[in-house]
Amino acid sequence: MGRITLDQVTKSFGSVQVIPPLDLTIEDGEFTVFVGPSGCGKSTLLRLIAGLEDISSGQIRIDKQDATHVPPAKRGLAMVFQSYALYPHMSVRKNIAFPLKMAQMDQAEIDRRVNGAAEVLNLTDYLDRRPGQLSGGQRQRVAIGRAIVREPAAFLFDEPLSNLDAALRVGMRLEISELHKRLKTTMIYVTHDQVEAMTMADRIVVLQAGVIEQVGSPLELYREPRNLFVAGFIGSPRMNFIEGPEAAKYDAHTIGIRPEHIAVAEGDGAWSGVVGVAEHLGSDTFFHIHETGLAETITVRADGEVGFNHGDRITLSPRTDMIHRFDASGLRIA
Amino acid sequence: MATKASRSAARLMMAPAVVLLLGWMLVPLIMTLIFSFKKYLPLRGGDLGWVGFDNYVRFVTSSAFWPAVQATLMIVGGVLAITVIFGVLLAMLLDQPMWGQGVVRILVIAPFFVMPTVSALVWKNMFMDPVNGVFAHLWKAFGAEPIQWLTQASLPSIIIIVAWQWLPFATLILLTAIQSLDGEQLEAAEMDGAPPLKRFWYIVLPHLGRAITVVVLIQTIFLLGIFAEIFVTTQGSFGTKTLTYLIFQRVLESQNVGLGSAGGVYAIILANIVAIFLMRIVGKNLDA
Repeated sequence: MGRITLDQVTKSFGSVQVIPPLDLTIEDGEFTVFVGPSGCGKSTLLRLIAGLEDISSGQIRIDKQDATHVPPAKRGLAMVFQSYALYPHMSVRKNIAFPLKMAQMDQAEIDRRVNGAAEVLNLTDYLDRRPGQLSGGQRQRVAIGRAIVREPAAFLFDEPLSNLDAALRVGMRLEISELHKRLKTTMIYVTHDQVEAMTMADRIVVLQAGVIEQVGSPLELYREPRNLFVAGFIGSPRMNFIEGPEAAKYDAHTIGIRPEHIAVAEGDGAWSGVVGVAEHLGSDTFFHIHETGLAETITVRADGEVGFNHGDRITLSPRTDMIHRFDASGLRIA
Repeated sequence: MATKASRSAARLMMAPAVVLLLGWMLVPLIMTLIFSFKKYLPLRGGDLGWVGFDNYVRFVTSSAFWPAVQATLMIVGGVLAITVIFGVLLAMLLDQPMWGQGVVRILVIAPFFVMPTVSALVWKNMFMDPVNGVFAHLWKAFGAEPIQWLTQASLPSIIIIVAWQWLPFATLILLTAIQSLDGEQLEAAEMDGAPPLKRFWYIVLPHLGRAITVVVLIQTIFLLGIFAEIFVTTQGSFGTKTLTYLIFQRVLESQNVGLGSAGGVYAIILANIVAIFLMRIVGKNLDA
């Protein structure tokens, strides 16, 4: 009911190959997140799956059917766009009903489905308004409603939350996760925000320059990043990388240690440094430590009550069992 | 423009323009109003005194009045229909990426730079001439009898000439409107299963609604006053006498300034009625 397979898919714009041959299988009912820095090809990949762009070579299969040359409307996929792409001159009701009307469904069934979707998304009171009269979060829900009513094999989300303010984004994130739990439909979600990826995904696909760097569950990526790129991309604040003699002690070219796996203290410790900026979040404090002789800055995540100030000389104790080792080519050493 | 001094300086600077505009518009308007209540025949006794609403009654009851109204509406309506329909089609064509886009766009706009008198003469002599015109040759090439455009189909001929002049204007406005359409909306409609024609009908056309209203509004105001195209082609014969042309004939050919002025006042009223209607439509569109 929604297993999507990409087989040696490539995409070139003119002579520029943005997606080198790529294999990927998205299982039925899975919430898959494509994450990567901007320009990494994640949106292009989504548009290839949607059929809005033609693939240059390879094959896309949806439920074992070859969908490579099937037009977008016939693929049974629904997409939620970054700009929501609501039709501004139609009421919310007509917006949500549009795909059903195009499918020439009878009016009673259209009404039933639109009302059902409106109820699920708390839009019942707004059905007769225009998109221009709605807030950002409501527009987002209308866009999702328009996708739900089609009962698609899979939902495609193209950075749907990037136009919302921070508080609303957290709320919508929960709503989308909730929706996925209820519908149990395959969802593919594109974002550049690793927090969204970590919190929502069943499986994360990390992309860089059109290449899949790693595929795995959020915790797999966090615990065992396959290379330096994934290690640096997943987790916030970023993992600290240390090269040189300190890394050599661990038989590695580079070692990585997450800020939350370093303890700060005044007494004895493996490393020492001077506190630079301290970012107080209340629950946690992020210390940026300078003059460690290891890297330019080492970031440490400490409890919110730890009260070092700018300029304090402190010591650092990494949890040695949490050190990630990488070889000269950036790959993880098991 | 916040301080008192800068505000009064601004007023001082604008004053000449305001005075000029006021004089430019109010003097002719008031003179027209005054003449319309007078019997004024420059070559037959000059100013013959006040006659009340006599000129107004005569203008409307003349046998030429209703045909002139009809001809005016036919020309305005015909030109609007042609320019809007072909304007939308051309705008969509020009919106497609193609080789030599810049040159093509300039060529499309070119007719707008040709003076009305010149374009009417070119059409009359080079295209619609029943002996030497391009159309005559075309008809003969297919073995048909050439149409005497300006006598047999005078109204459509003038509509074609005027529409040719105004098509670039409509195309230009509609092209900018089409370019402002969010591509994601079209993609969303494509994913929603709308084939190209339905995408045009449900997404593109509603998006163009406001631009089309603007085109209709501006063109109507200008088209109500077209004169040169009629003057150099049919001279108002063969049912092409518009209200403007009728006023011209009353004033200059019949040398009856009073009667013509009354016609002018009718034209002002008519134009304002159209303007009110159009403003309401635009207003409604702007609210949405």
